[in-house]
Formats: sequence, C-alpha cells, structure tokens
Amino acid sequence: MSTPFRFDPIELPAECEALRQEVRAFIADELGAGRWVPNSDFGSHRAADFSRRLGARGWIGMTWPKRYGGAERSFLERYTVTEELLAAGAPVGCHWIADRQSGPLLLRYGSDAQREQFLPGITRGEIFFAIGMSEPDSGSDLASIRTRATPACGGYEVTGAKVWTSYAHESHYAITLVRTGPAEADRHRGLTQLILDLTAPGVTIRPIHNLAGEHDFNEIVLDRVFVPSGMLVGQEGEGWRQVTSELAFERSGPERFLSSHQVLCGLVGRAGANPEPAQGEALGRMAARLWTLRQMSLSVAGMLQAGESPNLEAALVKDLGGAYERGIPERARELARRSRGAATDRFEAALAEAILHAPSWTLRGGTREILRGIIARGLGLR
Amino acid sequence: MSDTILYDSAMRLFGDHVSPRILAAAETGSWAGPLWDAVTEAGYLDVLVEGPGGMVEATTILRAAGHHAAPIPLPETMLARWLCAAAGVEAPAGSLTIALLNPGDPIGRAGPAPWGRTAIALAVVAGSTLCLAGRDQVRFEPGRNLAGEPRDRLLGIVSAPPVPLSGAVSAETVRGIGALMRSAQMAGAMEAALELSTRYANDRVQFGRAIGKFQAIQQQMALLAEEAAAALVAVESAARSVAGARPSAELAVAAAKIRTGEAAGSVAEIAHQVHGAIGFTAEHSLHHLTRRLWSWRDEFGDEAYWAAALGRRVAAAGPEGLWNLITRP
Ligand SMILES: Cc1cc2nc3c(=O)[nH]c(=O)nc-3n(C[C@H](O)[C@H](O)[C@H](O)COP(=O)(O)OP(=O)(O)OC[C@H]3O[C@@H](n4cnc5c(N)ncnc54)[C@H](O)[C@@H]3O)c2cc1C
Repeated sequence: MSTPFRFDPIELPAECEALRQEVRAFIADELGAGRWVPNSDFGSHRAADFSRRLGARGWIGMTWPKRYGGAERSFLERYTVTEELLAAGAPVGCHWIADRQSGPLLLRYGSDAQREQFLPGITRGEIFFAIGMSEPDSGSDLASIRTRATPACGGYEVTGAKVWTSYAHESHYAITLVRTGPAEADRHRGLTQLILDLTAPGVTIRPIHNLAGEHDFNEIVLDRVFVPSGMLVGQEGEGWRQVTSELAFERSGPERFLSSHQVLCGLVGRAGANPEPAQGEALGRMAARLWTLRQMSLSVAGMLQAGESPNLEAALVKDLGGAYERGIPERARELARRSRGAATDRFEAALAEAILHAPSWTLRGGTREILRGIIARGLGLR
Repeated sequence: MSDTILYDSAMRLFGDHVSPRILAAAETGSWAGPLWDAVTEAGYLDVLVEGPGGMVEATTILRAAGHHAAPIPLPETMLARWLCAAAGVEAPAGSLTIALLNPGDPIGRAGPAPWGRTAIALAVVAGSTLCLAGRDQVRFEPGRNLAGEPRDRLLGIVSAPPVPLSGAVSAETVRGIGALMRSAQMAGAMEAALELSTRYANDRVQFGRAIGKFQAIQQQMALLAEEAAAALVAVESAARSVAGARPSAELAVAAAKIRTGEAAGSVAEIAHQVHGAIGFTAEHSLHHLTRRLWSWRDEFGDEAYWAAALGRRVAAAGPEGLWNLITRP
C-alpha cells in the first residue's frame, strides 16, 4: 500500500514570472486610475468593462487556440494571471465562468460551429456564461435533476427549473444540464448538456437575494424553451461524464483559497510593522497555510498541464482551501481588536463582506461533505 | 538518482531494517546496528555534505525514515557531517549529533543533543563557529523525548577549540535545515499513520460493517489525508527552495515547519480516534509514529517559534508586499 495521492513538484517557468510582472503593472495602472476597489470574493465582484480590458490584453481564454481568439499560452501562464488578479481583488466575475469552465468545455466537446460562435466573444470579454446545474430538489445529488429536454423539430423543448444560478441575469448563456433519457435505469446516463440562450422565449429569470441582501444568484424557470440541436454540447446522454471530467480544473485553482485574501491583507496593515507577539505569530501561521495551499494548487496545475487528472488531489486542495479561507475572518476579528495599527474602513468592509459570504465558500463547487466523501473514496474506504 | 527511485529504495531499506521489535529495543537503549550499517553503506550520511544543495535527497530519505520511525540519529549525522565539511574538519566515522548555541549563551543553554550519549562526537554550533568534541569530552544529563528517543542535555565540554564555519553557516541556518529535516520525518510519519488508519478502517468491523463505511469515519479520514498531503507538499516545496538557494528559502523552511507541526497534532488525534482502544496500547505500532509526531513538532523550533519568525517577515512586507512574499520563486 502506498500514499493514495501524488503532488508532483513544480517550478513556474521563467515566462510566468515575466508575465506576473506584466499583470502587476496592469493592476497598478487600474488601481491608480481608480477603476475599481479590491474585493476578495471572485464570484461577486464584476465589471464588464474590466473584462473587456482584460480580453484586449489576451488574458481571457489565454490557453485556447489562436483561431478562436486565444493566445495559445500554457495552463501555468493562465494560473499566474488568475492568481495575480484574485490576490489583487480584481473584478473578474463577468468572464470567470466562461474562461474557466464553459470555454474549455466547448473546446473539448463542442462543435466547430459552437467554438466559432462563442469562443472569440468570450476572449474579448463580451460573452458571459452561467452554470445551470442545481435544481430545487437536486443539489449535491446532481444526478437526480428533473429538467427535461424532449425532441422537437430541429432541436429540443426544455421544461423545468434551475436554481442558485449565479449571475444568470447578467449572462448571455448558461451551460444547462438536462435529462434526455429515462431516470430509472442508470441515473448518470441520459443526462445532456445544452447551451441555453438566456434571452430565449420561455426563459424566466427571477432574482434570489442572498443573506447580504445582494442579487447574485437566481431561479430560472424553463417553460417549453426551444433549444436548437446545434446547441447540444458533445453527445446526448454523455452529460454526466462531460461534467465530471473537468472537475479538477474547477476545484484546485487559486480561487479556492483567496476568497478572504483582502481580509488577510487588511489584517497585516492593522497589525503594523511591529505587531504584538500573539498577532505576529497568528500572521505567521496564516502565511504558512497560504504558502502551502498555493504550493499544492500549483502542483495540481502542473499535473493538469501535463494532461493528468488529479481529481483526488484537487478535492484535497479545495477542502483545505475552503477551511483556510473561512478561518481567516474568524481569526481576523479577534486579532484586529488588539491591533497596533490604525483601523481602516477598507479592512472593516473586507471583514464584513467575508463574514457574510463565508458560508457559501464551502458549498459552491461541491460541499465540504461531498468533497470529503470523494477523498474517502480515493483512500479506498467507499 | 531520481527522487522516486531514491525514495523507493530508502523505503525498502528502512522497511527491511526497522520492525516493532527493533523499535521497542531501541527504546530500552539498544543500538540499531544493522540499520545504521545499512544507512551508512547506502551513502545516506553524506547527502548533505556539500551543503543545502543536497536538501532534496536528504528530505526524500528522511521522509522514508520517518515513515518507518527509524530509531537512529540520521538527520543529526547528516547535519554534523555537513558542518564538519563547512569548517574544514574531518568528520569522525559513526553516528554524530549536534547542539545549537545562541551567541554568548553558556553551554548549558544549548538545546538537548539528540542521541547525544550514543554519538561518537558532538558538533556544537555557536554563532558561526563549530566545536567538534569527542564523546569523552562531553558531559550529558540523559533525557528522552515523548517517543523515548535520547535527548541529552549538555552539561559541559572540555577542550574543543572553535573553528569558523565557511559559507555564511550559522546556528540559525542550521536550525532551519534541522527544522526542515524534522518536517520531512514528520511528513513520512503522517503518511504511515494515514496508511495504518486506512487499513484499520477497512478491517475493523462494528455493527456488521467495516468502520470505514461509516460516514463519520470517512470524514475524519479525509481530514487526516488533507493534513498529511499539506505536510508533504510543504516539505517537498521547501526542500527544492533550499536546494536551489531560492529567494523563498527562509520563508519556505518556516512555513514547512509550522504547517507540518500543525498537521502532526491533527493527524495523531484522528489516527488514534480511528484506531480505538487497540491504538492506545503499547503493543500496537501506531504510537511509534504518533509519539514521534508529538516530539518532532517541538524540535528545532516549534510552530510558535517559526510562526513568530514568519510573522515578522509578513509584518515587514506589509499589506502591499504580502502577496509578493508568498509568490517569490
Ligand atoms: C453562492 C452560491 C452560488 C452558486 N452558484 C451556482 C450556479 O451558478 N449554478 C449552479 O448550478 N449551482 C450553484 N450553486 C449551488 C451549489 O452547487 C449547491 O449549493 C451545492 O451543490 C449544494 O447543494 P444544496 O445547496 O442543495 O445542498 P444539499 O445538497 O441539500 O446539502 C445540504 C447539506 O447536506 C450535506 N449533504 C448532502 N448530501 C450529503 C451526503 N451524501 N453525505 C453527507 N452530507 C451530505 C451537504 O454537504 C450540506 O451540508 C451555488 C451555491 C452557492 C452557495
């Protein structure tokens, strides 16, 4: 018996470090011009004009082929750009899903026509995607979804309901998981991914306000919505395999441990250059966790770049990352009380936002309990 | 040799030469001679002799040593042989140990010398000088750590002249290298604890099924795996950083000792919980790992020591410099 996980060591190539400096200069410029205020939670910080400026730099879809608007850069270069943007609290929300998930899905399973129709617009920061997977009765148990697509002339007719669809109201399309086959036999068969035009007749998007009072996610009701057959992604009935094959990309990125990074930065500021001992020690422990998580996440990125599927490793990173980023605001509020530095509005605002948003960090993208179940399976316990 | 080949052959070597019987005997003071000879013959004692450039090989071997709880002063001898080389002194053959002294401190203030009473010679680093003293020149007060490994307090040394260390080597750098070595041993011990616990969870049946089928156990085992993984990655990354003399080296060493030390506590706790009463017995071998974890996390600076050091760096970097500090190559 040997250790069930493997994290290959990784060193970022020189071109990544050069790119890092480029991104930092860009961010300094943006901040200098006052174009946005740093904000940690990548999911909820959005600015369409920022996405377009990023697109103009070639930093959306940057690993994709040039003929689809990409820059044919490496996955590690994308990682570098992404971590710099997230650490700076840049408003990446608009293009986030399309860049991380929908675009790569279309590259892998989509038709040529789909790639030509969507990818260039995504890389310009003009086409935004949402994810339509969860339903009122199907959360962790995603394979139990009931939204159904039935054959119709030249495509499908889709009826059902999706819920928690982040920013459906500000997106153009949603990759939507639907049932095309019978549910009884094998629940994982008979699922299909469709590109849903969110402006199509029969689509009703209703806001659901989160506990912070923000309109972030939505309920989508689909009433006999026609989806042309050209909007089928990959194979009918292969939706489950297609969804799960990309999970390592979603679970191991820097967004899994940087959601409260502005709080940490603010805390360092409040602690001052000469912190009280208990506070200095706490900062050291947080920095050790952050550094280690980044090394783990980088290692997974390197393995993905090498064409591997480190799914267990990605689940380990996401669960550890979630625990870390949820712990930061909890520690910060205790530590800030005895700070030597001055109170700042920026720190207080970041802390308040982190406390209010933290519950979602260990739910979205696979709950903590589901991740631990995946890890247990990887250990050979299930 | 590639790291995997080195790791695999070290795992075999320690697997062949360490057994529960040898561990129990070592604890009552008997010297694991065949193990020591095998380690010597394999050339492990000299992987660091040219300095921290050999840190990847050293941590690879020590991870395997930790996995098997190898009861010998392997990291200490590696360190002492490097220090002798750095001071231009010939290292005596056999097992060696070290003690670190802050500048100006009397000898009694040195931390306990691991395996002091069994060592042929003791390398005392004070500031950036080395005193090499033979066993008959040193007086020890015998002690042990929680794992029963000798940790002997220095009472005095006679006639050992200080020799300057070359290459900016000081007690602080040696402490860092030692900390990373202990971290590597801990990472290995945690992998072994994960292995033992997984096997036990699959074998032990209660309420008609293997306890590993219970979700409560699965969730705990996932946490154990996460901590073991974090420790391993921290050690491997830090070893590469030190070996390459990269700008991140000092930060990486501190982060690795903090993270492995924190992981050690959680891993030991969960492993024992999963094992139930049998794991609490002297007869079961889990304690050979967990008692070492509880000891090693305190040695060469505990988490608090390194966190204070890292915290000073973070504070000096300030909010604007924090991310740059974390991402330095
Ligand atoms: C901010 C936010 C944004 C989101 N955005 C989107 C989006 O854009 N698109 C989309 O499709 N979805 C989105 N989601 C939904 C998200 O994917 C689900 O919340 C998640 O899958 C969990 O489903 P649920 O909320 O129904 O919880 P449930 O599955 O009902 O779980 C409730 C609790 O039970 C636990 N549980 C469930 N099953 C098990 C089990 N087998 N073993 C042990 N414990 C279990 C869970 O871990 C959890 O603690 C978003 C969620 C949040 C919070």
